[in-house]
Amino acid sequence: MNMKILVPTKRVPDTDQKIRIRPDGSGIDEENLPYVVNPFDAIAVEEALRIRENSNDEVEVLAVGIGSDDYERELRTSLAIGADRAMLIECAAALDSWNVARILSVIVQREQADLVLMGKQAVDDDSNQAGQFLAALLDWPQATFASKLDFTENGLRVARETDAGIETVVVRLPAVVTTDLRLNEPRYASLPNILRARKKTIERLEFQQLGLEIEPRIQLLHMEVLSTGRNCIRVSGVDELVVRLRDEAKVI
Amino acid sequence: MRILVVAEHDTEVLRSGTRSAVAFANSVAAQTDGEVECLVIGHRIASVAKEAASISKVLCLDSESLTAPVADRYARVIADVTIQRKIDLVVAASTSYAKDVVGRAAGLLGGSMASDVVGHTVQDDKLVLRRPMFAGAVTATVTLIGHPQIITIRGSAYEPAVASVDESEIITVDIDESSLPNHISFEKIETRSSHRPDVTESRIVVSGGRAIKNSDDFERLVGGLADQLGGATGSSRALVDAGITPNDFQVGQTGKIVAPELYIAMGISGAVQHLAGMKNSKVIVAINNDPDAPMFEVADYGLVGDLYELVPQLIEKLHAE
Ligand SMILES: Cc1cc2nc3c(=O)[nH]c(=O)nc-3n(C[C@H](O)[C@H](O)[C@H](O)COP(=O)(O)OP(=O)(O)OC[C@H]3O[C@@H](n4cnc5c(N)ncnc54)[C@H](O)[C@@H]3O)c2cc1C
Ligand SMILES: Nc1ncnc2c1ncn2[C@@H]1O[C@H](COP(=O)(O)O)[C@@H](O)[C@H]1O
Repeated sequence: MNMKILVPTKRVPDTDQKIRIRPDGSGIDEENLPYVVNPFDAIAVEEALRIRENSNDEVEVLAVGIGSDDYERELRTSLAIGADRAMLIECAAALDSWNVARILSVIVQREQADLVLMGKQAVDDDSNQAGQFLAALLDWPQATFASKLDFTENGLRVARETDAGIETVVVRLPAVVTTDLRLNEPRYASLPNILRARKKTIERLEFQQLGLEIEPRIQLLHMEVLSTGRNCIRVSGVDELVVRLRDEAKVI
Repeated sequence: MRILVVAEHDTEVLRSGTRSAVAFANSVAAQTDGEVECLVIGHRIASVAKEAASISKVLCLDSESLTAPVADRYARVIADVTIQRKIDLVVAASTSYAKDVVGRAAGLLGGSMASDVVGHTVQDDKLVLRRPMFAGAVTATVTLIGHPQIITIRGSAYEPAVASVDESEIITVDIDESSLPNHISFEKIETRSSHRPDVTESRIVVSGGRAIKNSDDFERLVGGLADQLGGATGSSRALVDAGITPNDFQVGQTGKIVAPELYIAMGISGAVQHLAGMKNSKVIVAINNDPDAPMFEVADYGLVGDLYELVPQLIEKLHAE
């Protein structure tokens, strides 16, 4: 079956970095902060590539980013590891998951994608919403938190990580699938491929060209870093620990 | 505000997060002259409906077509009930079920949604919400624009609602089954049966990290200490990735969020993604052979040393007492 897989990819601060807030609390301090492809989206790109590699038919993998010019670097990362195309939807406005989903729904229809593979959550806002919103807007089936995918006669069989254990569902295509950490281990781009990706074109569209206006849904009033640091008492050994937990903290 | 709490259950009992969601809803209702209803969806759920009626007025939707919690059907039902009953605010505990199902319902209802709420105030009849971002490194204060609004709350941030003396009314809701979508078919769920309590519901949680070399050691050290204390077992992502613990043991940004009275972290370094899941525990104990491990910065009590030596001593000592 020929197939087009659309992979939304967000650019987020590197997860190993310490996040600082601007003094006025209006947002995070972005100075010198390194950015990466959202780890869950990197897993989605990897899975799309594996589907293409394991298929006898034509599979096209399209990475999409919505945001500022800065997205170009992360989109090139997706091209370097093997995405066929990359598209940047330019949008200077602040975006929440609702508006991301609205923009994606138009792109999905324009591109006639058969499958949207995306991260379960962006690790900056930690919303965990855009995939579910997109599936609702498209009236497509969804399988969130995927840890394994198999194609079957009736569609895509997805193992989902839930609080209660691993759930298995089968979704008919077209569908939206969101990835969990254990779906795969993303590959690294080789140097020749990184160089090749530099020469590829990134398709660009302004979001207004899609006939949409931003409908803000979540308004940020303030950000702060709460200190969670505690005064750690170093105990001398197991005996002191037990005494302290019993008599001082009274938790055992 | 007219508030709808989406209950979560295993067909027999409510999950404890639902009680916290009801407590949150009650508090908002009290400040906005509002009303709370709790929606119980499923099949053969009479006992859950009865339990829910001990903490809230109940809307019960019992249908064979809703046996498995598939997102497309459940979301449609939640959205329909929200519109029919002119609900202003939909609330659920922030669990994998709610993220999946209630998130989709929010998509049908216009996308005014805040997830993982840990605090709130009501100002001029408007909700001001606090939620963690960046793996909990940052706390944001936000408001929602649009109507109705959908919120998931962290169960650990709100004391569960307790049963009142009188049982509330249970209203049966009917749906047109033929109109429900049918694009997702549920095959199975593999649940683990464990003699230990669930990590999110236990008073005491003992967690192990990469320092633990195999499943036998995990069972002996982490399991052994948990049993001695009557607690639950959890782990860092490192052990889940290594196949030593199952996925649903993972505590952290992308795992479970816990806030027990006592959390013991053994051989866990204290990456921000792990801290996101446990740093609000009341008392935290860190056991680590690296005196500079970041886990000590969030711990109340720290024990430096090899857990392979210390934990057997600790189990022994507790056993002797
Ligand atoms: C997007 C994303 C999401 C993530 N989500 C999560 C999540 O939800 N939960 C999570 O836990 N992680 C998560 N992680 C991973 C996280 O960043 C860390 O890699 C992970 O928590 C490390 O696990 P650990 O502390 O067990 O291992 P390590 O960091 O390797 O720490 C092991 C510790 O054990 C100590 N030690 C070693 N031997 C002994 C001994 N004999 N006795 C005592 N101490 C010993 C060491 O000093 C060290 O401090 C996520 C990462 C990313 C990028
Ligand atoms: N600006 C964006 N551009 C492209 N994809 C995005 C963007 N924001 C969110 N997404 C996608 O939506 C997923 C969930 O995001 P969120 O709802 O913000 O947690 C992410 O993992 C991405 O796949």
